[in-house]
Amino acid sequence: MALSEAHRDSKTARPLVYRQSIWTRATHWIWAISLFFLLLSGLQIFNAHSTLYIGKQSGFGFDNSVLSMGAVRTPQGLEGRTTILGYQFDTTGVFGVSGTSENPQARGFPAALTIPSYRDLATGRVVHFFFAWVLVATLFVWLVASLVNGHLRRDLRPTGRDLAQLPRDVADHARLRFHHTGRYNVLQKLTYCIVFFVLFPLIVLTGLTMSPGMDAAWPWLLDVFGGRQTARTIHFVTMTLLVLFFLVHIIMVFAAGPINELRSMITGWYRTDPETKGDAGS
Amino acid sequence: MSKTILTRRKFLGAGAAGASSLVLGGCEASIFWPIATALSATCSRKQMMSRITCSASFGDALAREYAESEIRQGQRPNGSTDPQSAEYLALKANDFADYRLSVTGLVETPKSYSLAELRNMPSRTQITRHDCVEGWSCIAKWTGPPLSVVLDEVKLKPAARYIVFHCYDNMGSGASGPNFYYESCDLVDARHPQTILAYGLNNEALPVPNGAPMRVRIERQLGYKQPKYVHTIEAVSSFAEIARGKGGYWEDRGYEWYAGI
Repeated sequence: MALSEAHRDSKTARPLVYRQSIWTRATHWIWAISLFFLLLSGLQIFNAHSTLYIGKQSGFGFDNSVLSMGAVRTPQGLEGRTTILGYQFDTTGVFGVSGTSENPQARGFPAALTIPSYRDLATGRVVHFFFAWVLVATLFVWLVASLVNGHLRRDLRPTGRDLAQLPRDVADHARLRFHHTGRYNVLQKLTYCIVFFVLFPLIVLTGLTMSPGMDAAWPWLLDVFGGRQTARTIHFVTMTLLVLFFLVHIIMVFAAGPINELRSMITGWYRTDPETKGDAGS
Repeated sequence: MSKTILTRRKFLGAGAAGASSLVLGGCEASIFWPIATALSATCSRKQMMSRITCSASFGDALAREYAESEIRQGQRPNGSTDPQSAEYLALKANDFADYRLSVTGLVETPKSYSLAELRNMPSRTQITRHDCVEGWSCIAKWTGPPLSVVLDEVKLKPAARYIVFHCYDNMGSGASGPNFYYESCDLVDARHPQTILAYGLNNEALPVPNGAPMRVRIERQLGYKQPKYVHTIEAVSSFAEIARGKGGYWEDRGYEWYAGI
């Protein structure tokens, strides 16, 4: 009796709202898996030539590199050197040289961060392109579903009122004070819009620009991105931005309540704050 | 199915052999092989698709050609840079005066060409970007007769579907003898206007590190599709019986036959 009373109490006080449609949930987890494989197989591919350049070609007789991970032989043994925009860092053990001290390996990213862990560009490419198609197909399905079911218009599009609340929302986030209203706050909306409409298109198109076949079919790709090697660099930078998004995303899930957040992305149901009941129901 | 797994294992085994064998833990390998097998099944279908769609839909689209000013460095050599077979060394000692390019297989009139004969054919010069599968690019000027000119002279038989390029460079000897580099392309790429038998690089005779006396340029695909030190061009209906049957030295070691991606 008391239990059911309490249960009803909590239910009315903190109602569950149906927040995520099956399209959002399914595509979310397919992307999570795809991005995991894409990242690690991508680092395998990067390791085949661990230098990034700006321009149409790679400078061997001149220098147009912006990032490079290499190994140098010193009296102390193999040491990893990472050069970013001319600044060099000793990154032994992580970038350039990794592995055990008895058996150091010269490789860009360490074995723990590549698929397969050992050097195998051919398999890395097979894995990368497979999940690249999965990512693109899922994006397409998500875009159509979100246009049809109103997810884009209703949940993701920042309104004028949202933007007016931006300073307050930034301040709230800085204090780790979250409002569980069942709707995205403006920072969430802006972040998801950047991921979907800037980062994903950018990483797909720069990926295509690295294909000599695509460059013949769509030569404008080379002009848009400033050459194949610039496209490769943008692809890499976009990857690091997506990794940054992932880290913040996970931190926010933990800060905002991992059980509730995970439930909403698995079952669709999200428990809202009591004071925002009316708002959540809308 | 079990046959596929074994083949894939051989691939991975070959790729991972040597230095990396210490790193290859049994655990990861046992998890990874089923995934790789499933993927390779998907990808062989995809490869068939790309054989049809990529070549057909890209049609005669040309690879980007660049200005003279974009030639800012020598063409970076990669892979074999100095073949050591007795036959090749003898040719090289005589500055390739005795070189003959044989055109054989499913053709009406098999022929062979000296370097001088190739140089007297109508030629095409193009400044293009060489994209290595490793990720780097290099812009250089290539000169030579279009492959289509040669194919028109020998006349392909109707059964011919692929052109195979056989090379002088031995990539290392295995249990079944030496593994000479070879490559193949379909007839769309073979007849593409930018597919040339390049004997010239940056206004000079093609140097040894870049494939002297002749290498093939297939400009819409990656570097491993540009065989160097070519001695024979063979028209075939299938490359299943050549080497390990995947259509090229690197294809036999896990890389895609369609190298336009």
